[in-house]
Amino acid sequence: MTVTTSYRRPGRLARFGTLISDIVARPSGAIGLTLVLGHLLLAFIGPFIVPYDFTEMNSGLMLSKPSAAHWLGADHLGRDTLTRTLLGGREAILVTGIATPLAVLWGGLVGIFFGLAGGRVDEVLMRVVDAFLSLPWILKMLVLIVTFGTGIEVLIPTLAFFYGIPVIRIARAATHDVVARDFVQAARARGHSRGTIIRRELLPNVRDALLVEGAMRWSWMLLAFSSLSFLGFGVSPPTPDWGLMIADARGFMSFSPLGVLAPMVGLSSLIIGINLTADALAKALGIDRAQKAPV
Amino acid sequence: MLAMLLRRLGLGAITVWLVSIIIFVGVEMLPGDTCTAFLEREAQGKLLENCREDLGLNRSALVRYADWAGSAVRGDLGVSANGQKQISELVGYRLRNTLLLASGAMLVGIPLALFLGVVAALWRDKLVDIVVSTTAIFAMTIPEFVSATLLILVFSVWLGWVPGIVLTSADAPLIEFFPEVLLPIAVLTLVMTAHILRTVRSSVIETLASDYAQMATLKGVPYWQIVFRHILPNALLPTINVVALTIAWLLGGVVVIETVFNYPGLGRMMIDSISDRDLPVTQAIALIIASVYVVVNLAADILTMLANPRLRTVHMRKG
Repeated sequence: MTVTTSYRRPGRLARFGTLISDIVARPSGAIGLTLVLGHLLLAFIGPFIVPYDFTEMNSGLMLSKPSAAHWLGADHLGRDTLTRTLLGGREAILVTGIATPLAVLWGGLVGIFFGLAGGRVDEVLMRVVDAFLSLPWILKMLVLIVTFGTGIEVLIPTLAFFYGIPVIRIARAATHDVVARDFVQAARARGHSRGTIIRRELLPNVRDALLVEGAMRWSWMLLAFSSLSFLGFGVSPPTPDWGLMIADARGFMSFSPLGVLAPMVGLSSLIIGINLTADALAKALGIDRAQKAPV
Repeated sequence: MLAMLLRRLGLGAITVWLVSIIIFVGVEMLPGDTCTAFLEREAQGKLLENCREDLGLNRSALVRYADWAGSAVRGDLGVSANGQKQISELVGYRLRNTLLLASGAMLVGIPLALFLGVVAALWRDKLVDIVVSTTAIFAMTIPEFVSATLLILVFSVWLGWVPGIVLTSADAPLIEFFPEVLLPIAVLTLVMTAHILRTVRSSVIETLASDYAQMATLKGVPYWQIVFRHILPNALLPTINVVALTIAWLLGGVVVIETVFNYPGLGRMMIDSISDRDLPVTQAIALIIASVYVVVNLAADILTMLANPRLRTVHMRKG
C-alpha cells in the first residue's frame, strides 16, 4: 500500500529556519537578534580579544580620560574600562542562561500538570502562586542570598526557582486554552491515550507560549541579576560585571562619566536585544504578549 | 454581585494569610535570630538565653507564628532587634515617604500613560507611535538603577538642575523632600508610564478592530465620536488591572530606586534590615508590601466589576 501526500510536515531544522526568518523579517527583530547573538559571541570570545587583564591595576591611570591606549579610560583603581565592559556580561549571561531554561522547565511542567489536573488542587496551588507573586522579587531573592551566600551555585537555583513561579501561571493558562480546543477533542474521539494527547497535541502548543515566556523571563532575570550586583548582593569583585561596575563608578561620575556609561550601554543593549527578539518571536508565533504585567 | 465581592475579599484574605506563612518560614530559614542580631558578639551563654527567654524565642515556631500574626492583625508589628523600637513607629515615616514617591509617580504617570497610549494606538505605525513605543521599550526594559544613574548624570552632575541624592532625614516634614524627591519620582514615572502605555495601546488597537467599532464606522459615525463613545470606554477598562499590578510592582521595584537615591523609604529600610539581620523589621515590611499588593489588586477587581455591567452579573472570570 502506498500513501501519497501532497503535504509533508517540514522537519525540525526547516521549521526552526522559518521561525528565524520570521523573526528577522521585522527590523526590530533583526536588530534584537543581532544584539543578542553579538553579546553571546562576545561572552565566548571576550577573554581572547580584550586588550588588557581585567584585574590589572595601574595607579597612574586612575580615572583617566580616554586615550589611544585606553579607549574608554580607566576606573577608580586604574583598570581598563573597555576590557571590563567587554567582559562585564559573561557572568550575567552564564547565570541567567542556565537559570532561564531551568525556570521555564519546572514552571512549565508544574503548570501543565495542574492545568490538566484542575479542581481543588489547582485552586490551592494558584493561591500559593499568588502569595509568592505578591512579595517583591528583591525581598524573596535577598532572603535566600543572605542565607546561602552570593555564589553562582546559589544565584542559579534561586533565580530559577522564583522566576519559575510566574511560568506556572502561563503554562496553566495555555494548557486550559488548548484543552478546550477542537483538535484535543478530536484526538480524544480518535481514542488516543492521555499520554499521547499530552505529547502530540498539548506540548507543541504550550511550547510556543513557554518559548516566548522564557525569552521574557530571561530579560527580567538579567534585570534582577544586575540589580543584585548593583546592590552588592551579586557577583563579588574583582569579577567584571556591569551592575557592579556601575555601582563602583557612580561615585566618580563627575570625573569620568564613561565609567558608568560604558557598562550601561553593555547591559542595556543586551536587555533591549532580548526584548526586541522576544517581541518578534511572539509575533512570529502568533502570541500576543502586550498584555503582560510587570511581575 | 455581593457574593462575588465577598468571594474576592475572602481570596484576598487567604493570600495575605499564605504570604504571612511564607514570610515567617522564609525568615525562620535565615541563620541567627533576633537575639543573636541584637547582642552581636556577646550572643552566647546566659545573655543569649535570657534574651531568648525575654522575647519568647524559646517557644515553638507554631506558637511564635500565632503570636506574631495575631499581633500583626491588631496593628502591633513588634519591636525591632536593633534599638528595640516599636516597628510601627519606625515604619510609619518610611511608609509615608514611599507613598510620597509612589503617589507622585502615579499622579504624573497614569494620565501621561493613558494619553500617550491612546495617541500611539490611534496613529498606529506612524512616526508618533514608533517614537512612543520605542521609548517605552527602552524605559521599561532598562534596569531602574541604570535609568536612575543616567538621570543623575544628566540632570544633576552635568546640568545641575536638581539634587541627585536625598539627604533629608526620614521623619522630616514632607515639604523638605523637595526638590530632592523630583529625580526619584521621574525615574519611577518613566518605568510606570512605559508599562501602562503599552497595555493601553494594545487595548485600544484591539478595540478598534472589534465588530462594534467597525459597525459604527460603516454606519458613518464620525471618527472622533467613535473614538470617544465606543473605543475609549471599552479599551480603558482592562487597563485598570494593569495599573493596579504596576502600582503593586512599584512598591517592590522602588527598593532599587530608593537605594540609588539614598531615599529614606520603606524599600531601603527593607534592604538595610536584611543586611542587619533585623528580622522583625524584615517581616513587618514584607507583610506590609504584600498586603498593599493584595489590597490594590482587590480594589482594581472591584473597580472593574463596578465599571463593567457584564462582570456584575455573569459568573466571575477565571482567576
